[in-house]
Amino acid sequence: MSTAAPRNTWTLAVADTAVMTRRYLYHYLRKPSLLGIALVQPVLFVLLWTYVFSGAIQVPGGIEYVDYLMPGLFILAIAFGSANTGVGLAEDLGRGLIDRFRALPMARPALLAGRTLADTLRNIFVVLLMVAVGHAVGFRFHAGLAVALAAVAVPLAVGFLLSWISALIGLTVGDPETAGTASLLPVIPLAFTSSTFVPVATMPGWLQAWAKINPITHAVDATRALALGGPTSGPLLQAIAWILGSLAVVVPLAIHRYRRVGQ
Amino acid sequence: MREPPAILAEGLSKTFGDLRALDGVDLAVPAGSVLGLLGPNGAGKTTTVRILTTLLRPDAGRARVAGWDVVRQPAAVRSVIGLAGQFAAVDEHLSGRENLVMAGRLHHLGRADTDRRAAELLDQFELAEAADRLVRTWSGGMRRRLDLAASLVGRPAVLFLDEPSGGLDPRGRHRLWQAVRGLVDDGATVLLTTQYLEEADQLAGHIVVIDRGRVIAQGTSGQLKSQVGGDRLQLRLASSAAAGPAAELVADLGCGPQRVDAKAGEVTLPITDGVAVLPEVVRRLDAAGLALSDLTLRRPTLDDVFLALTGHPTQRSRT
Repeated sequence: MSTAAPRNTWTLAVADTAVMTRRYLYHYLRKPSLLGIALVQPVLFVLLWTYVFSGAIQVPGGIEYVDYLMPGLFILAIAFGSANTGVGLAEDLGRGLIDRFRALPMARPALLAGRTLADTLRNIFVVLLMVAVGHAVGFRFHAGLAVALAAVAVPLAVGFLLSWISALIGLTVGDPETAGTASLLPVIPLAFTSSTFVPVATMPGWLQAWAKINPITHAVDATRALALGGPTSGPLLQAIAWILGSLAVVVPLAIHRYRRVGQ
Repeated sequence: MREPPAILAEGLSKTFGDLRALDGVDLAVPAGSVLGLLGPNGAGKTTTVRILTTLLRPDAGRARVAGWDVVRQPAAVRSVIGLAGQFAAVDEHLSGRENLVMAGRLHHLGRADTDRRAAELLDQFELAEAADRLVRTWSGGMRRRLDLAASLVGRPAVLFLDEPSGGLDPRGRHRLWQAVRGLVDDGATVLLTTQYLEEADQLAGHIVVIDRGRVIAQGTSGQLKSQVGGDRLQLRLASSAAAGPAAELVADLGCGPQRVDAKAGEVTLPITDGVAVLPEVVRRLDAAGLALSDLTLRRPTLDDVFLALTGHPTQRSRT
C-alpha cells in the first residue's frame, strides 16, 4: 500500500518538474513551425527597428541607437514569446491533459514550473540569437562578460514572470486563441510607454509620469545599464523588486488556478 | 473481518451554477469488483468520476477511495488510482512510449520499472509496432488505447474509466474488456461509466443507474433486467390500424405493460421467455388475420431501462 507522504517531497517535486520541462522542450523541437516563429520574430525585431529608427532617433549621451535599443528589444521579443505559455496550457486543458496530470501523484506546481522553465530555456536561445544578429548590426556590450550575462539575465527573469502571467491567463480563459490574444494585449502599450524605444525625458509630461512607474521601464533601464555600463544599482534593484514581488503574487494564483481547473 | 469498500461515497452533491449535477449520490464498491455506472448524457457520471479522482471538490457529501478521503487526502488517493477520461488525453508531440514513460516517471516508478512497464503495456494493447512514432500520426482508436494504457502505468488499485469504449471499434472494445477483466483478476477495483447496458452487463458485477444526479436503481445486471422486464418483442403491423387489436391479442403473453405506437403501427411487449412466446404471438396474429411487416426480439436498451425505472425516456431520445 502506498503511503500518504512520500519520503522526500522536494526531491520528487524537482524530478516531476524536470519531467514536465523535458516534455515541453520536446514540443518545441517537434513543432518546427513553433520554434521557427519563436526564433524568426526576434531577428525581425532587431533588423526592423535598428534599420528603420537608427537614422531618425538621437539619444542623449552620445550612445549609438542600436546600443540603446537592443536591451529593450530583448524584453520586447521575450514578452511576445511569453504568450506561448498560456496558449500551450489552454491546449493541454482542451485535450484533457491537465486533468490527466492532476489525477497523477505528481507535485502540484510541477506542470506549471516545467512549462515556464522550458519557456525560459527557449528564451535563452532567443536572446543569444538576438545578441548575434545585434552584433552584426553594430550592437556591443560595453561592461565586460560577467556584466553582460547579468544584462541577459534581467530579460530572462522578465520572461519567466510573463510566462507565469500567461499561464494564469491560459488556465483561466481555457481557450488557446483567447489566451494568446489576452497575453499579448498589454505588451504593446506597456512597451511603447516605457523607455524601450526612446528616453522617457523626451515624452510629454503626463506620459513621463506613467513611463517612470511602468515596470517595463525599470527592467529595460536595468538591462540597458548593465549592457552599456554606468550606474546600475538603482534601476536593477527596482527591476528585481517588482519581478520578485509580482512572482510572489502570480505564482500562487496560477498554481491555485491549476488545482481548481474545472470547478 | 470484512474488507472496507474500495470506493465509498455518501451523499455526493455538486452544483454548477443553476445545474444540480449531483444530488446526493451514494456508492459502495467492494474491493476487487467492477461497478458499472450507467446513465444517459448529463446524468452526473463524469461529475461523480471527477470527484472520486480528486479533480473536483463536492459541495456536500464524503467519499473515500482505497480508504483515503478524496478531499482531505487527495495525494494519497492519486497514488492508488488510474483514470481514463472521455477523451484520449495523450500528448501528440511525444511518441507512444514517451507518453507511457512520462506517466511512469510521474508515478515515481523508477527508471527500469518505468521502461519495463511501458513495454509491457504497449504489447498488451498491441501498440508496440507504432510505439516510437509520434502520437500525432496515430489513429483515433490507437490514441484511445494508449490513453487506457497510460491509466494503467501505476498499477492502480482502483481504476476509473469514463465511457472507455467511446471511439473504439468492436475489436478495441473487446481488448479493453479483456484488459479490465485481467486487472480485476489481479485484485483491482474498477468503476466504469457507460451509456450502454450491454457494456455494463459484460463487465460489471454490480450496476448503478443514475439520472439527473440521483441513483435511481442498482443491482446485478440480472436484477435490473428483471426490473426492466426481460427482453423486448417488437411487432410492426402491416396496417397501422391493426396495432390496437394486435396489442389486445398478445397482452397476456407479456411480463409487463406493453407500449403501443398507433401511428407507426408498432407494439413493444416485454417478455421473459422468447422461445415460448414468439410462436404463440405469430399463431394468434395469424389466426386473427393481422399481417406483420416486421418482428424483432431484442435485449432491453438504456431507453427501455429508463422508461421502466423513471417513466420517462432518456434525455437523448427526448430531444
